[in-house]
Amino acid sequence: MWTSWWLLALQMTVAVEPTARPKVTPQEVARGKTLFEAQCAYCHGADGDGGRGANLARATLRRAPTDEALFRVVNRGIPGTGMPGNAMSARETWQAVAFVRSLGRVKREPLPGDAVRGAQVYQAAGCAACHTIRGRGGPTGPDLTDIGARSSPAYLRRAIVDPRADVPTGFKQIRVVTREGRRMIGVRVNEDTFSIQFLDAGGTLYSFFKEELAELAADDGRTAMPSFRERLEPAALDDLVAYLVSLEGTR
Amino acid sequence: MKAVLAILLALVLTAELSAQLTYDRIRQAVREPGSWLTYHGTYDAQRFSTLDEINRANVQQLRPVWMYQVQGRHHFESTPLVFDGVMYLTDPPSDVVALDVKTGRPLWAYRRSLPDDLRACCGDVNRGVAALGDQIFIATIDAHLVALDMRTGRVRWDVEVADYKTGHSLTAAPLAVKDKVIVGMAGAEYGVRGFLDAYDAATGKRAWRLWTVPGPGEPGHDSWSGDSWKRGGATTWVTGAFDPETNLTYWGTGNPGPDFIGDVREGDNLYSDSLIAVDVDTGALRWHFQFTPHDVNDIDATEIPILVDADFRGRPRKLLLFANRNGFFYIFDRVTGEYLHAKQFARQTWTKGLDAKGRPIPNPDTVPSPKGALVYPDDDGITNWFSPSYSPQTKIFYQNVREKGGIYFRNEAVYQPGRMYLGASKRAVPDEEPWGALRALDPLTGDVKWEFKVTTPPWCGLLSTAGGLVFSGTMEGMFFAVDAESGKPLWRFQTGGAIWSNPISYQAGGHQYIAIAAGNALLVFGLPASSL
Repeated sequence: MWTSWWLLALQMTVAVEPTARPKVTPQEVARGKTLFEAQCAYCHGADGDGGRGANLARATLRRAPTDEALFRVVNRGIPGTGMPGNAMSARETWQAVAFVRSLGRVKREPLPGDAVRGAQVYQAAGCAACHTIRGRGGPTGPDLTDIGARSSPAYLRRAIVDPRADVPTGFKQIRVVTREGRRMIGVRVNEDTFSIQFLDAGGTLYSFFKEELAELAADDGRTAMPSFRERLEPAALDDLVAYLVSLEGTR
Repeated sequence: MKAVLAILLALVLTAELSAQLTYDRIRQAVREPGSWLTYHGTYDAQRFSTLDEINRANVQQLRPVWMYQVQGRHHFESTPLVFDGVMYLTDPPSDVVALDVKTGRPLWAYRRSLPDDLRACCGDVNRGVAALGDQIFIATIDAHLVALDMRTGRVRWDVEVADYKTGHSLTAAPLAVKDKVIVGMAGAEYGVRGFLDAYDAATGKRAWRLWTVPGPGEPGHDSWSGDSWKRGGATTWVTGAFDPETNLTYWGTGNPGPDFIGDVREGDNLYSDSLIAVDVDTGALRWHFQFTPHDVNDIDATEIPILVDADFRGRPRKLLLFANRNGFFYIFDRVTGEYLHAKQFARQTWTKGLDAKGRPIPNPDTVPSPKGALVYPDDDGITNWFSPSYSPQTKIFYQNVREKGGIYFRNEAVYQPGRMYLGASKRAVPDEEPWGALRALDPLTGDVKWEFKVTTPPWCGLLSTAGGLVFSGTMEGMFFAVDAESGKPLWRFQTGGAIWSNPISYQAGGHQYIAIAAGNALLVFGLPASSL
């Protein structure tokens, strides 16, 4: 048994083509999960949410816009990156693809709100001052173009009423005092050992070497996003959540 | 005056021995400070430059002189060699370029044709070449060793070290000693059995092989249950040091396989996660010390041994200093292998401490489990392949460190040739912001004297110089110098790409330069007066 496995595996070390895709069934996805844990999760994390490797728990994958492209990436790797090729058979590769495609997809569930009315709530509440949808909107908050594919309705509802509960990665609020005594609060764009760049509430970019600052502090748990708990009627909140859930980006 | 004499000597040697890098020149590399003759600069791996034209007083004026863009788009981890007016650099994964040091213009390039089904767990990288006689040696990602004509880059010989299809790869710079080229290998994430090889420099014929996992009948074989030794890992993927007086080469070895599951390989799993001292003529293992017996956290001991002669506890000794990825700084007698001392220098939880002989007391809480086990450091380690530096001037051991944990979830590991053989997946520690630092350690105690913090855990090695400087770089692309005595930052330059390499120093036209690979470029820095 072992011997035949070895021979089989050795034959498979040549690149395989994405032909004869098996039907995606729960069993195929489950096998893909096992393969993913053994071959991929070391870098991509058990939930595919990244680490040394890219975050795969998202609706769109930059290197793999189609399932065929994802098959090739899994099989051959990505030259110029840490992503190696794999010795899996075509069937196993499709199983891994099916599992990766299941990551980061939020289950659909019936919602009380109305997405069309929700779009009007979004405009009226001024969300677009900070957030962007399909290229339109402000720079200081997260892009929401595919937020419905990435986040659950419950998470979105909480983010609107209690935004401090979970400040999204990449939108850390910081406070600085310059050597001249100027105080500012902003959203961190980038920071390293020697410098920091941030946007103020109006979207103006500032950059300082750290020796130009008298103080630099992280406003942990704080965010420029206000709570809409008191500002939205329950029905309007339902509508807004329904609208956000409808935003699935473009594959 | 001393420096002038050294320069004159170097000029004389250059004239006499053009395109001939003899073993004697490499052995006495410290007398030739204008050159960088091995991966570590010198056999003792101190990565200290005796050049002092660039120093504390003028480093603020340091500026780029030329850049060379490589074609490879993999992490650019190459340490160049420089001698006789030429720089030899690897372009990842397995190309070599020779550059004119005066202008940065290429003289020749060796471009290797590679198969499209490579298996390298962690990037198709290469860390540099070795040079000996009139040849340059590269160990390739498809596990060959190739000798090139130093003047033209044409292939003299090309031998297979191992089969890449079973997960073997070569990423380290070879080590040229006497008439041999010593080659380490990688692949412990694919269930390979580790070894260290030596090849005849003239012919490419294998001179010896030391299996780092002992076979049946060999001492240490009983440290593996069943036939687990066949997939035992213990690879040799970072270039070691050499002492001509002991005639021993010192290498660290990598993790046992599978990385995260210990119950399929009961025992200490020799010689994984060990320091091995090997006779360069015969390949005989003279002594060993295992840092992390029965490792289940992927704590490769593939760091750089630094050889220093010093008084230790009132007695002159030939020491070996080793800042391990497991978080401990170790001191050995490199003649006898005697363990002398260890001291923790960064956060770790994998052991409850070391006993009097340096053997760790296991911490069962950090064994990967289905529920997840938190461990410090994560499997990237507190240190890794990037080089430390020792300055005989300040008598400080400099080391970049990574402060980062990981949570490991056990899963299945089934060995099949060419496939990952691991046994766990990893998650980041929630809400943790990993960080790093350049730490200055007392070489005789391991005590931290000072540190310079950096935002992101670094992958950059270090260079210390007689100008009282230590050079380092960040993942955000800043190349910088600190005062070697105090750690105070003195100079910086934004290179525009993450730094995954080791800095070097050399001379050209009588002036000192500093070189570093950053992003996809090799950058060379000099003082305004030295601009050519």
